[in-house]
Amino acid sequence: MEQMLSLFVRSIFVDNMIFAFFLGMCSYLAVAKNVKTALGLGIAVIFVLLITVPVDYLLQTKVLGPDCIVEGVDLSFLAFILFIGVIAGIVQLVEMIVERFSPSLYASLGIFLPLIAVNCAIMGASLFMQQRIGMEPNNSQYIGNVGDAVVYALGSGIGWLLAIVALAAINEKMAYTDVPKHLRGLGITFITVGLMAMAFMCFSGLNI
Amino acid sequence: MSTLFSKANREIFTGPLNLNNPVTAQVLGICSALAVTVQLEPSIVMGLSVTVVAAFANVIISLLRKTVPSRIRIIVQLVVVATLVTLVAELLKAFAYDVSVKLSVYIGLIITNCIIMGRLEAFAMQNGPWESFLDGIGSGLGYAWILVAVGFCRELFGAGTLLGIQVIPDCVYEAGYVNNGMMTMPAMALIIVGCIIWAHRAINDKQKK
Repeated sequence: MEQMLSLFVRSIFVDNMIFAFFLGMCSYLAVAKNVKTALGLGIAVIFVLLITVPVDYLLQTKVLGPDCIVEGVDLSFLAFILFIGVIAGIVQLVEMIVERFSPSLYASLGIFLPLIAVNCAIMGASLFMQQRIGMEPNNSQYIGNVGDAVVYALGSGIGWLLAIVALAAINEKMAYTDVPKHLRGLGITFITVGLMAMAFMCFSGLNI
Repeated sequence: MSTLFSKANREIFTGPLNLNNPVTAQVLGICSALAVTVQLEPSIVMGLSVTVVAAFANVIISLLRKTVPSRIRIIVQLVVVATLVTLVAELLKAFAYDVSVKLSVYIGLIITNCIIMGRLEAFAMQNGPWESFLDGIGSGLGYAWILVAVGFCRELFGAGTLLGIQVIPDCVYEAGYVNNGMMTMPAMALIIVGCIIWAHRAINDKQKK
């Protein structure tokens, strides 16, 4: 329980997908213009993460790992293809659900909904999960069962949502400031994210 | 041979290097890039890997473009890219193990690099294999030079070395110079890229006038 809580808090603040690993920056930079869209995308990402990471965990430990199917065979080099397949399938599902139940959100997310499939944060979470299975059990980043995988997915998703909503709010205010002409748009957004990342660095000593 | 390097083809190749740079102009593929730029060596390897994958994925998709139904094209593209990335990852593990450990998950994340998917969708689906190959190489190198520039700044100012060799002489340190530890932090990569984009856009604007 304690381990899960620590994993959860660390994955939100310390190992934040955007500020520590720069994952999911593309859609992050493009959608973060108004808070409502950002919130919608953030929730979609959390949802996709919550399904893909546990599924990929089971794939990794029950199918791909050493000696899982056949004694002495390590299939983990297939991980990339299988993980991306799972992700693409689930994103398709989410797209259909959102289109059915919230057409307005569907319209405002536009092309970025299918692009969640190539959102690095989703693939990154699965790959980090794969890496963490091999860690020492007493490491606070260790993922040892499906429960840990769910907690890790939820934590990273919330961390991503937090970051994208915060940036969207800043960008809304930025519209009223006088930024040098060539720095406008992408340039100033990068510098803003850099400063936010510095602020998040203060969590790095966090220990529970 | 002259048709292979005609003016139009040369433009396909040089466009992404400068005016149409994937990172600064099209805002693609920043995701997996920045974390590997603490040192120069992983940045170069990462840039080259992306170039290779982009070029070959472009060629393969361009050859398949007439046979693949458009409904399932995304899945086909993902599988092609994932296969190529798996190959690159295994090759790096075999021949450059140290670098592959440093790059860790970021090699796998080439799959989700928007430059590759973006070029496949926007270019390889409409053009022949040779043009697609040039486009892939150009886009990959356009991305690589940004990575190398960031890696250069961060390693030089953060550790005083380049490719692991000390370049700032000891006498400078004795005179009171200190490495900027901030440069090794993730935050500085973003700020450096922000400044590169600023400079790049300002210069391009001047050239247009």
